[in-house]
Amino acid sequence: MSATLARVPLCTLDDLPVGLGRPFRVGDTPIAVFRTRAGKVFAVDATCPHRGGPLADGMLAGDQVVCPYHAFRFHADTGACDQPGVCSIATYPVEVIDGAVTVTL
Amino acid sequence: MIPLNTTPGLPPTRKKLVVVGNGMAGARLVEDILAADPDHPFDITVFGDEPYGNYNRILLSNVLNGTQDPKEIFLNPLAWYADNHVTLHAGKRATRVDRDAKVVYADGVEEPYDVLVFATGSRPFVPPIPGTTHRGVFVFRTIDDCRNIAAYAKGKKSAVVIGGGLLGLEAAKGLMTHDVAVTVVEMGPWLMGVQLDEAGGKVLQQTIEKLGITVKTSASTREFAADDHGAVRAVVFADGSEVEADIVVISAGIRPNKELAAECGLACDRAVLVDDTLQTGDPSVFGVGECVQHRGVVYGLVAPIWEQTKALAARLTSTNPDAVYTGSKLATKLKVMGVELASMGRVSDVKPTDEVVTFAEPGRQVYWKAIVRDGKVVAGCLLGDLGPADEVVSYFMTERPAPARRLELFFGSGTRTQGADFSLADMPDDKQVCDCNGVCKGTIVKAIQAGKTTVQSVGKATRAGTGCGSCKKLVEGLIEAVNGEVKADPSEGWYVPAVPLDKPSLVAEVKTRGLKSVSAVLRELGTGEDEKSKNGLASMLKGLWGTEYVDERDARFINDRVHANIQNDGTFSVIPRMYGGVTSADDLIKIGEVAKKYAVRMVKVTGGQRIDLLGIKKDDLPGVWRDLGMPSGYAYTKALRTVKTCVGSEFCRYGTNDSTALGIALEKTYQGFEFPAKVKLGVSGCPRNCAESTVKDVGVVATEGGEWEVLVGGAAGAHVRKTDVLCRVKTREEAIRVIGRFLIYYRDNAKWVERTYDFVPRIGIEELRGIIVNDSLGIVADLDAEVEKTAAAYVDPWLERDNPAYAGQFEDVRTVPLPMA
Ligand SMILES: Cc1cc2nc3c(=O)[nH]c(=O)nc-3n(C[C@H](O)[C@H](O)[C@H](O)COP(=O)(O)OP(=O)(O)OC[C@H]3O[C@@H](n4cnc5c(N)ncnc54)[C@H](O)[C@@H]3O)c2cc1C
Ligand code: HEM
Ligand code: SF4
Ligand code: FES
Repeated sequence: MSATLARVPLCTLDDLPVGLGRPFRVGDTPIAVFRTRAGKVFAVDATCPHRGGPLADGMLAGDQVVCPYHAFRFHADTGACDQPGVCSIATYPVEVIDGAVTVTL
Repeated sequence: MIPLNTTPGLPPTRKKLVVVGNGMAGARLVEDILAADPDHPFDITVFGDEPYGNYNRILLSNVLNGTQDPKEIFLNPLAWYADNHVTLHAGKRATRVDRDAKVVYADGVEEPYDVLVFATGSRPFVPPIPGTTHRGVFVFRTIDDCRNIAAYAKGKKSAVVIGGGLLGLEAAKGLMTHDVAVTVVEMGPWLMGVQLDEAGGKVLQQTIEKLGITVKTSASTREFAADDHGAVRAVVFADGSEVEADIVVISAGIRPNKELAAECGLACDRAVLVDDTLQTGDPSVFGVGECVQHRGVVYGLVAPIWEQTKALAARLTSTNPDAVYTGSKLATKLKVMGVELASMGRVSDVKPTDEVVTFAEPGRQVYWKAIVRDGKVVAGCLLGDLGPADEVVSYFMTERPAPARRLELFFGSGTRTQGADFSLADMPDDKQVCDCNGVCKGTIVKAIQAGKTTVQSVGKATRAGTGCGSCKKLVEGLIEAVNGEVKADPSEGWYVPAVPLDKPSLVAEVKTRGLKSVSAVLRELGTGEDEKSKNGLASMLKGLWGTEYVDERDARFINDRVHANIQNDGTFSVIPRMYGGVTSADDLIKIGEVAKKYAVRMVKVTGGQRIDLLGIKKDDLPGVWRDLGMPSGYAYTKALRTVKTCVGSEFCRYGTNDSTALGIALEKTYQGFEFPAKVKLGVSGCPRNCAESTVKDVGVVATEGGEWEVLVGGAAGAHVRKTDVLCRVKTREEAIRVIGRFLIYYRDNAKWVERTYDFVPRIGIEELRGIIVNDSLGIVADLDAEVEKTAAAYVDPWLERDNPAYAGQFEDVRTVPLPMA
């Protein structure tokens, strides 16, 4: 882990479709950024630890991302998987200020 | 990355632990070590011959009989190993151990070890009978065996299982679900010779014969006979008689995998010899599971393995350096072919001085037997009704004196409290409830307290009860004790999980409240939110409201958002419509040019008579569609897929009517119609049925007289079903009309993801014919109107190429640079 964290401007809020996600690559880190219908914006690892499913293409079930490949679910806040024994994914803090979305990683 | 252990003060000496074998024992040992001491001093490496993470072998029977999907039985997926810093060499068979150099070798890998554990399990014993290598002869041990058997069983008629033990019967049960006639062949005089005595074996035999399985005991197999193509055809017995067999599953016992250990000079008998510390002859080498022999015993069930791994983990992590394993008393509760069975000790091993207590109730297929030696229960079996099983098992396990009036073993003293709550509350938290999955009472109680109040949901959360199922009653009892009541699972009848209403009530509510979007339905009627519910509601609402439907894209699965089918590398496949499977030179050239321009990885002719372009990147989708200039084939969604046709009377010398013209007309009329599940059509020009119309959701076959026979409810996928005849019509127009009525009726009345092959038998073909052909409900005019409305609402979704529906719809990963530090 690098010691210093970077705050990176990502996109505008309008770039994020409501209730869906989009994939980004920030430096070398692939992340998936979502905007829930309730208005929450969050970022997690882009790739499912199961068989590499592209999580940004997944659907949301409340605050969980559902992998489009085999429907493993990961929680927006903790990254925890709903399947026993499956590792969690990383989550990244996101801020939305005046319609500008930044992520810290 | 910061290199490990460079900081002074951090634990400097890590030891290398290598486990050979990633089965039940090997993986459980690793889990037990992690649980015993999260800061354990080992760098753990596991070799697994099978190319997967670790799965629950005892649930393979469920995979074979289709009640569980292979993916449901995985315990630890590959990611779990990485997460816990365990190096897994999946698909690598350890081939040599050098105990002097302390190195394990596998194809291309060398792993030095400080501590080595053998957990290589066992393999099926294949008796030296001629013909075991014929196609169609299988063993039953791994997930791949299950897949291969299931795939091969399709369309076969008869199966023979060699071996009437526990596993053989499980295999037989699994095969039954594949619609084959099953015969179980046992060499001994009765079934399950290890667990049952003759009377018990006979009772079991009667019970499973009632299920339609043929049992042949005292039968010695001479050979497996093959047909001209090298596929097995029959089992031939020593007396020359034969039983037909398209499939043979051999389940004639197991042999420990001791060779690797033997080759490096470790002492072996029937299996690798270990002492009470689970150590082999070498102080750095240990063994657990089916590959070891401990105090003369080789175990073949998981319960002893859990005890072994726990003891070894405690020892290796020094959390209990004196832990020993002194052997297991085996009492198992099993469910074989729906027959409940408890077995302990060796019942067929009766000494002249033993007292044998039996109770039989042949009418109910109940048989209880206990053997009392020196005043203690040393063996027993109970079959058909496990009422007294816990009591008998407890006498067996604790070795306490059996009641003086021996019949109290089965019937109690008459004063004993029978209440389940009483004993359940007393049960210690670490008492194992589910032996198959090693789940303790405490874990289950926690799940119940966390709100899991159905047996099903407890099973989902803890795996308890998902093995042989014999502990489900206990789980139910625990739910009652903790929660007061067991919830029945009312969700069965709901259209989608997140809205507690069946389809008719849901439709009524949605209409009265005027709910036109998925989010509105979930907000007003829902109890949660999940992707399946969103998909199901989207489909229903679209059918219900047509053009008034408020189409929220987040209620769609990725395929339905980008109108293409996602592939395993994140790219997509594009299948344009090819009406009736008829194309032209110009269209083929266009497809070819597009394939070249976008460097398409594979161009594939599909089973639905059209062409698939595979490996298209998301950002290329609009360009591909534009360049093709053809409408979407809807190959990615629950909608009308293809209409397969044969050439029919236009060219075929047998054809009695123009099947291609009807097919094209059907596809043009019904393209874009969405349904609760996919719908495939087929039209054949004569009863030779070259378009395979009799296994389509809707099939049409021209009769000898040139009329059209309309067929519904067929399938030829994982499930195969022949269509039922809906009606005969004289003209193409009539065929199109009656099919439209059927499609709309199906759309509006089927459950979410219910295919026509379930829908048609559920409603009944007579009933359907009444509704659709004879208008018994008086709704035909409405159905016709609905067809028109739906057809009018069709817009080719690929036109979104010029007008994306939401931000990023057709954009791949966006790269953002890190700011300069
Ligand atoms: C279909 C089926 C149903 C069963 N049902 C029950 C039941 O209901 N209840 C019950 O208690 N028991 C049941 N059993 C028995 C139970 O599954 C076994 O007792 C248990 O799996 C043994 O565990 P193990 O780890 O010793 O062996 P395994 O689970 O067989 O694991 C050994 C692993 O080691 C691997 N291996 C072997 N050699 C090497 C090598 N040289 N290098 C690398 N890897 C190697 C093998 O590929 C295998 O994956 C069932 C077994 C089967 C097959
Ligand atoms: C919700 C859970 C899961 C679902 C829905 C799921 C689904 C799937 C599907 C659809 C396939 C393709 C099968 C095929 O080609 O026929 C697959 C393959 C596979 N899955 Fe999963 N899976 C799940 C869990 C797991 C877990 C926990 C593991 C653990 C390692 C796993 C390992 C595999 C492997 C190894 C394959 C490849 C199998 C092969 O190539 O034959 N899956 N899975
Ligand atoms: S179904 Fe009949 S008409 Fe069609 S191709 Fe086959 S033989 Fe010819
Ligand atoms: S790749 Fe994500 S669930 Fe399989």
